[in-house]
Amino acid sequence: MAQQSLTLALMDPPYESANTTTALRIIDSALKKGIRVNVFAYEGAVCLPLKDQAPHANPVKGTTVEEEDHPTTKKFISELLKIGGDDPLLNWVNCGLCVDERGAINVVEGVKRGSPKEFLEMAQASTNTLVIPTK
Amino acid sequence: MANYLFIESRDPFESRDANFISKTATALRQNGSEVTVFLVQNGVLGARKNARGSHLQGLSDSGVTLLADDFALKERGIRGDELLPAVKPASIDALVDILAEQSTKAIWH
Repeated sequence: MAQQSLTLALMDPPYESANTTTALRIIDSALKKGIRVNVFAYEGAVCLPLKDQAPHANPVKGTTVEEEDHPTTKKFISELLKIGGDDPLLNWVNCGLCVDERGAINVVEGVKRGSPKEFLEMAQASTNTLVIPTK
Repeated sequence: MANYLFIESRDPFESRDANFISKTATALRQNGSEVTVFLVQNGVLGARKNARGSHLQGLSDSGVTLLADDFALKERGIRGDELLPAVKPASIDALVDILAEQSTKAIWH
């Protein structure tokens, strides 16, 4: 039996929607089950793995950057890309046109560039596909 | 025959289009498909048994399986004893198990 695989299409930019949290939880769970996961990041979602993201302090609570330990989406994605070691179980593809529109070129290691053609191919080869649109 | 998985993320009291889930899931169930509605994010807000006008009891009565993300329930302070009996708390792992079945057709709403 072929290895199970899932393809997810994400569209929400970082820090906008709980959709991102749920998507990352689904990806994390699947990878830990040994399921290969393809992500096609479209529109604002190409900014999820941006390397330039910086954690911040919380002046309302009076906490420092270190104390706040603010989670960034790039950090989550970097950790997910490590699962599987030399044969990563996560294949993250950013839509090239969406990247160029946003200048979102500086992404964490392991993120690839592609097009809707890759999304179609990933979906066709996967056990299942889940599209998570913006609201 | 396909099994259908609806992942409902929207607050039914905010989004009238939550009716889309009710109508579509019920119709698919009546056609003989196995149908699961998995509530995530604000989708769990209709799962309290005291919620007025929730569409979930009707879905259960039609034979649709109702699961609610335990993470989303905790975030919103919804305890297990507050839930409609028809709604069962479930982990994100349970969602992935359904999603990873070849026969599942998944729709995010």
